[in-house]
Amino acid sequence: MKRLLALMLVVVMCAAVMVSCGNKDDGNTLKIGGIGPITGSAAIYGQAVMNGCKIAVDEINANGGIGGMQIEFNFQDDANVAESSVNAYNKLMDWGMDILVGTVTTTPCISVSAKVYTDRVFALTPSASSTDVTKDKDNMFQLCFSDPNQGTGSATYIAANMADKKIAIIYRNDDAYSQGIRDTFAAEARAKNLNIVYEGTFTEDTATDFSVQLTAAKSANADLIFLPIYYQPASVILSQAKTMDYAPTFFGVDGMDGILTMENFDITLAEGVMVLTPFSSDAEDDLTKNFVKKYKELYGEVPNQFAADGYDCIYAVKAAYEKAGCTKDMTRTDLCEALVKAIKEISFDGLTGQDMTWSDKGEVNKMPIAVVIKNGDYISAEAAE
Amino acid sequence: MLEFLSYLISGISLGSVYAIIALGYTMVYGIAKMLNFAHGDVIMVGGYVSLLAMTSLGLPTWAAILLAMVVCTVLGVIIEGLAYKPLRSAPSLAVLITAIGVSYFLQNSALLIWGANPKVYSPIIEGTFKLFDGKLPISYISMLTVSVCIVIMIGLTIFTSKSKMGKAMRACSEDKAAAQLMGINVNKTISLTFAIGSALAAIAGVLLCSSYPTLMPTTGSMPGIKAFTAAVFGGIGSIPGAFLGGILLGIIESLAKAYISTQLANTVVFAVLIIVLLVRPAGLLGKYVPEKV
Repeated sequence: MKRLLALMLVVVMCAAVMVSCGNKDDGNTLKIGGIGPITGSAAIYGQAVMNGCKIAVDEINANGGIGGMQIEFNFQDDANVAESSVNAYNKLMDWGMDILVGTVTTTPCISVSAKVYTDRVFALTPSASSTDVTKDKDNMFQLCFSDPNQGTGSATYIAANMADKKIAIIYRNDDAYSQGIRDTFAAEARAKNLNIVYEGTFTEDTATDFSVQLTAAKSANADLIFLPIYYQPASVILSQAKTMDYAPTFFGVDGMDGILTMENFDITLAEGVMVLTPFSSDAEDDLTKNFVKKYKELYGEVPNQFAADGYDCIYAVKAAYEKAGCTKDMTRTDLCEALVKAIKEISFDGLTGQDMTWSDKGEVNKMPIAVVIKNGDYISAEAAE
Repeated sequence: MLEFLSYLISGISLGSVYAIIALGYTMVYGIAKMLNFAHGDVIMVGGYVSLLAMTSLGLPTWAAILLAMVVCTVLGVIIEGLAYKPLRSAPSLAVLITAIGVSYFLQNSALLIWGANPKVYSPIIEGTFKLFDGKLPISYISMLTVSVCIVIMIGLTIFTSKSKMGKAMRACSEDKAAAQLMGINVNKTISLTFAIGSALAAIAGVLLCSSYPTLMPTTGSMPGIKAFTAAVFGGIGSIPGAFLGGILLGIIESLAKAYISTQLANTVVFAVLIIVLLVRPAGLLGKYVPEKV
């Protein structure tokens, strides 16, 4: 009896193994997976990326797909938590994912990128910007600026356009994203002789009250506050600064994007906030106009930078796939090696930049632009002047 | 000087929020002798209920607060009846773990019902009162929080020392068995304590969210822990102690942020707590009761 039971268990195990192998490909679809926060405090990013990706996938599928294959797109929620992100990744691997577009936020992406490296899956993150994401992983690429680029880019922009401002920095020192940008910003600001008069920090636990940091910045006469943080604490900072009658120029990076679509947020608070971003929804080129129109029709709001990042990711994958001349019968590993080689050879034009190229380190090269929030819309800084 | 005053005011407004939460903690602890870790999450529920009452139902502010109080009271009594009452004679560790379980239950239910997207709370009163030509702004909401806190503190003190029900509560807190022998319905008394504690949590929720206007399912947990610290600091079980502990904790946190380092603020707060507990193990205003053998 026992032997029979053991035999049955063995049969079940073998069957399970075969089923999971058999999951990989019926040959006619290219399975692209995505991971990002659909819920949680960073939900706006994940939702925007997912929506942007879907628009690109639908366009490509309507035009005959990639290499004769239709794209199947599966986006999993990680709530901006590293453990959930790894679980979501495992789920996508069971589903038979060929290529990963993700993950959206930095801290989870650092965990997932380690798995991506050992499993040899080609991955392109739309927005996880830390260098730790790509460090020592030859098959992990970024479509967004890396943190050093955002920090130095911001400092360069401020030095070129408002060099005489007294700068305060408020950043979150228990977050790799925020700390990373602050470090490179401070280094570049020193090199450019910018005047940093105050630096204040907060952590996840103290992200509700900024009155002390703002009072200190105000009494140091800061007239520009650099906020390398996500939009949720930024919204609290804006409202507390208003109750204090303190109105410096607020300067954010890509994490500030999304503040305008926060539920119940008073958008007048964000008037005049500057954001360094590679995407501006009022750009006049056909690609942007077409994307903004489609996005508004489908989701009822103006797309932010993350939506554009997601859209570009899918097209960048397509460009690399076609450059490498990949075929249907390639395994996940072969696909990965081919794409790693090809993405470094292409020059890609997308919503978030012209002539984007990728380096051996996995970083992207493109030009940042500054946008200003006016009447609840992003417009480019030059247009606002 | 003006800066110092303004840091002090930030500290007092932060402290008054801790104090109002600590009052609920300390009352339940003082009478039921249990740490209700779900208190912070009842506050979060109070915040959501009042926000929805104001935005979706369009109720006036006073009605929204009243509704939040009613919902939280009912919730508190249900929690007590289902989760804590069956464990009345169980070891206190079991009740503690149950309380943590209830806390997670409430957070995750809120996640399911209201989603995890942070909501921006509309404060019940806006505007600031300005001193010295507008150089020293004090928001009306912090003034309101401090006054409400003092009113509740005095109210609770009078209630527990003068009213019949209050006396029954104190009797239960000293010796449950003896209180029962004197004809006090211990179960009912403890349920009433939870009802009052939860109604206070609703008020605390409205004030917390008005001062720091983002609302998430985890909104209550960190202030809850800080308020618990404040209650221990002031002497857990002591009602004026909770008030004093909360205000002091807020001021220390704010001054440490301003003059020592924003990175070390929490370290300083807890270092002060450890020193106070080393010198006065029962907290600032707590009574030291030797263990009866």
